[in-house]
Amino acid sequence: MPKCDRLVDVGRRQFLRGGAVAAAGAAATTVAPSGPAKAASRARVDYPSTRLANVKDLKVDVPLDIEYPDADSPGVLLKLGQRVPGGVGPDGDIVAYSTLCPHKGFGLTYSAADKTLNCPGHYSRFDAEMEGQQIWGHSNQNLPMFTLRIDDKGDIHGEGVDELIYGRTSNVIKG
Amino acid sequence: MTYKRATDQLPIPPKNATVKNVTCDFCIVGCGYKAYTWPINTQGGTAPGENAFGVDLSEQQGALSGEWYNPAMYNIVEQDGKPIHLVVMPDKDCVVNEGLNSVRGGRMAETRFSGQMGTMTDRLTSPMVWRYSQMLPSSWDDALSLTADVTRRVIEEWGEDGVLVTMFDHGGAAGGYENTWGTGKLYFEAMKIRNCRIHNRPAYNSEVHATRDMGMGELNNAYEDAELADTIFCVGANPLETQTNYFLAHWVPNLRGTSMDKKKAMIPGEEHAPAKIVFVDPRRTVSINACEAEAGKDNVLHLPIKPGTDLVLLNALLTEVVAQGWHAQDFIGRNTSGFDAALAANKTSIDEAASATGLKAADIRKAARWIAEPKAGGKARRTMLCYEKGLIWGNDNYRTNSAIANLSFATQNVGRKGTGCVRLGGHQEGYVRPSDAFIGRPAPYLDEIILSGGGGIHFIWATDTFKSGLNASKFRREYRRRTNIVKEAMSAIPYGDREAQLDTIINAIRRGGLFSVDVDILPTQIGEAAHVVLPAATTGEMNLTSMNGERRLRLTEKYMDPPGEAMPDCLIAARLANALEASFRKAGHDDWADKFKGFDWKTEEDAFNDGYRKNAKGGEFVTYDRLRAMGTNGVQEPVVGYENGKLIGTPRLYTDGKFGTEDGRARFFPAQWRGFDPADRGAQQEEFPFLINSGRKNMIWQNAFYDQRSPFVWERFKMPPIEMSPGDMKKLGLEGGDLVEVYNDVGSTQAMVYPTAAAQSGQCFMIFAAPVGQHGNIVSRGVNELRIPNYKNVWANIRRIGRVPDADTISFKDLEYPQDS
Ligand code: SF4
Ligand code: FES
Repeated sequence: MPKCDRLVDVGRRQFLRGGAVAAAGAAATTVAPSGPAKAASRARVDYPSTRLANVKDLKVDVPLDIEYPDADSPGVLLKLGQRVPGGVGPDGDIVAYSTLCPHKGFGLTYSAADKTLNCPGHYSRFDAEMEGQQIWGHSNQNLPMFTLRIDDKGDIHGEGVDELIYGRTSNVIKG
Repeated sequence: MTYKRATDQLPIPPKNATVKNVTCDFCIVGCGYKAYTWPINTQGGTAPGENAFGVDLSEQQGALSGEWYNPAMYNIVEQDGKPIHLVVMPDKDCVVNEGLNSVRGGRMAETRFSGQMGTMTDRLTSPMVWRYSQMLPSSWDDALSLTADVTRRVIEEWGEDGVLVTMFDHGGAAGGYENTWGTGKLYFEAMKIRNCRIHNRPAYNSEVHATRDMGMGELNNAYEDAELADTIFCVGANPLETQTNYFLAHWVPNLRGTSMDKKKAMIPGEEHAPAKIVFVDPRRTVSINACEAEAGKDNVLHLPIKPGTDLVLLNALLTEVVAQGWHAQDFIGRNTSGFDAALAANKTSIDEAASATGLKAADIRKAARWIAEPKAGGKARRTMLCYEKGLIWGNDNYRTNSAIANLSFATQNVGRKGTGCVRLGGHQEGYVRPSDAFIGRPAPYLDEIILSGGGGIHFIWATDTFKSGLNASKFRREYRRRTNIVKEAMSAIPYGDREAQLDTIINAIRRGGLFSVDVDILPTQIGEAAHVVLPAATTGEMNLTSMNGERRLRLTEKYMDPPGEAMPDCLIAARLANALEASFRKAGHDDWADKFKGFDWKTEEDAFNDGYRKNAKGGEFVTYDRLRAMGTNGVQEPVVGYENGKLIGTPRLYTDGKFGTEDGRARFFPAQWRGFDPADRGAQQEEFPFLINSGRKNMIWQNAFYDQRSPFVWERFKMPPIEMSPGDMKKLGLEGGDLVEVYNDVGSTQAMVYPTAAAQSGQCFMIFAAPVGQHGNIVSRGVNELRIPNYKNVWANIRRIGRVPDADTISFKDLEYPQDS
């Protein structure tokens, strides 16, 4: 049903290019902070701290494919070139989002023209500069944003998610 | 800050969760949902054998999953007084929506009353009455007997014309067959109340009188026809935002070409291609953009018509189709009347139309071809003609509605697969009431009666005309003044002395006061003026039947308790009737008291059996049990039988060419262009620079009664947006997020500037019926000959009055999905 293959806007091409970078630098490590038994007794899930990339890997408006909190949950790491709410890094402009549309799970693509993530499924749009606020669309929630931490070496780590990721009853599904 | 729910896992419905059929509360489409409920101390697991869906929830689900629910689809509510888990999620097996939810329907669970989760906690939970200078909770007996006594005294002094009623006539939440019947039986059978209005217009009339007078009901096809049509011709409608899943599940496949197999199978023997689509709308909407993305620009024709001139275009299309010989001559001869006279009266050349509508002559010709040029082998094209508020609330409703019906008859685009001449609808429908013929035509203009001091008691059912009325500022001022006269009088004497209270109230009414009774689920703005407020239950808290835009009848089953002492509207009407009977009998008027017999209903099913089963066409076949068994797919009305455990319905109307007239022939109507109606809009257009069009936005349902209490929506649209072109903004020195006053000769209102690249210069768009900035304030009182308002053709000026609080946290980016480049 999706016509993803026909969706060849600039953002889509950049998105794919970003994907290649991620694959080349696939040194992501997952550190589960606690065992599954302990996690099951808590009201919120325990998020892994996962190295996603280094600040040096990012170029303005060139999206980088990531996976967080696990390999089945695709996302995007973006350097927006301008300080934004929720942005991290020296310029306060690095953000990361889930790219599964929170409507029905189609893959979102980045449009550099207006720094938005767009869904080929049913045309929903999310503002990458506004914490994933739905600009227009069918999702009953805003886009899940990944919490990021940058260490002394410039490594960017994923450490949490602020909304339920599409297609899961729990953001961390694999103990 | 963008609103995030910060919920990262949800309880899982166990295998034995209770599952109920739900039809979406909100728009006309009536998408199918399922409500899962289970005891608070139990839970399902991720293994397929441990949850209600039978799937492995420890795996990431794929796109279009039928098993994913999220925080907005979850709540904790009460059942039999005990907290339970609730999930309301779209049903993948429903043929209407195929598992899709819109941004509105996908929030049904979180818009339920939950004392536990704190959602909709300002729902009305007990009757309230005005005493000791404030609204105070009271018992049903007290509130109903006061209301009944005041009603009786008003009738004794002024007759039934002293009773004024504003009431819903629709289906879905705050309506449905049970509740339209309950209110209808009270006001049209027990009493004969002429001074009524409907929720969105100032009289008790039809929005589509013309098509009905011509013999064609306005909901005459099946949603499937949008998958089968060669062309869709859409006037004054924005289906992606207002009939969302109808558009996504049934129009888009035809535009993409993915319904081709279905077309070939269902309509063999003629050529098929993916659909073409024509939009007639002064505004470029997201629907048009989506169609271009799906079908390619070559297959989408947008006619950005000069506001109010649709009639000229429709007449020119009729003239052109006939001039080319593309009309359905056999059908016209056999099944219609009045063709020649209408054709002569409505004759409009393409050039005349081009000059009146501002459209290109070539585009009008193209539209005519797309509508009616025969396909290979001379086969007639199949065109679905559809319209909604742009036509209905536009200029000269009756004639414009006639003109589109004329075009459908001339091309036989009704009663055949892939055709239809339909309104797209707002709410679901659910109308069954005793005859309203005694009201007459035109029906009384209720708002004007109130403004001129008429009436003694006013009942309001699930309507907030402070938000949704026309001439709204004046109405609001006058309504508050009149109801205050009664409030001040009531406050002056002890509440417990009923006879003294009644004398005081009646005296206050003689001095120009008005007693107001408001029935609703939530506090409303007009309800602040009321003397009695009665708490209603909504769908899901009661069993409720309605039909959608293809006449698909379903039962939404009760899955939770209503809050506090709230009751279904039909039972409130029944208890009011019981109280009226008692009041009249006590006063010694047995003849009057006897009129209120027949309201001994205990449940909403009793109301359904009394109303729908005895009065709706085919109602005798339908029971709650039979409907429950038909699930979320229900049955299309009229129901014609019951066989092998299934109700038999009617997918489309007029397939036999017999229409709803005495001789069975569809009637063509003359529909000449007469300029602006009401005529004052012409002068307004001269005087004020901006068209202030109005309508709905995707995210907001109706007058935002839930949305204004929902942070997800409200943090984005805390002030109603006004869409403006960047050029106009520059001229006025405005930025996105600025608060502006919109003002004209009628009144003034406010809105938040939303930059809109697609907006034409000089044309703005506001939300209809917003809670904090009513478009109705600037809509003049003028109505057409049948008292249908023109909400669309309004002109005004704009000036900056400040900035919307927290505007910097709102995204003002373009609404349109970026098409392939
Ligand atoms: S399209 Fe209409 S009926 Fe369907 S889910 Fe949305 S609001 Fe409800
Ligand atoms: S899946 Fe993204 S809009 Fe529907």
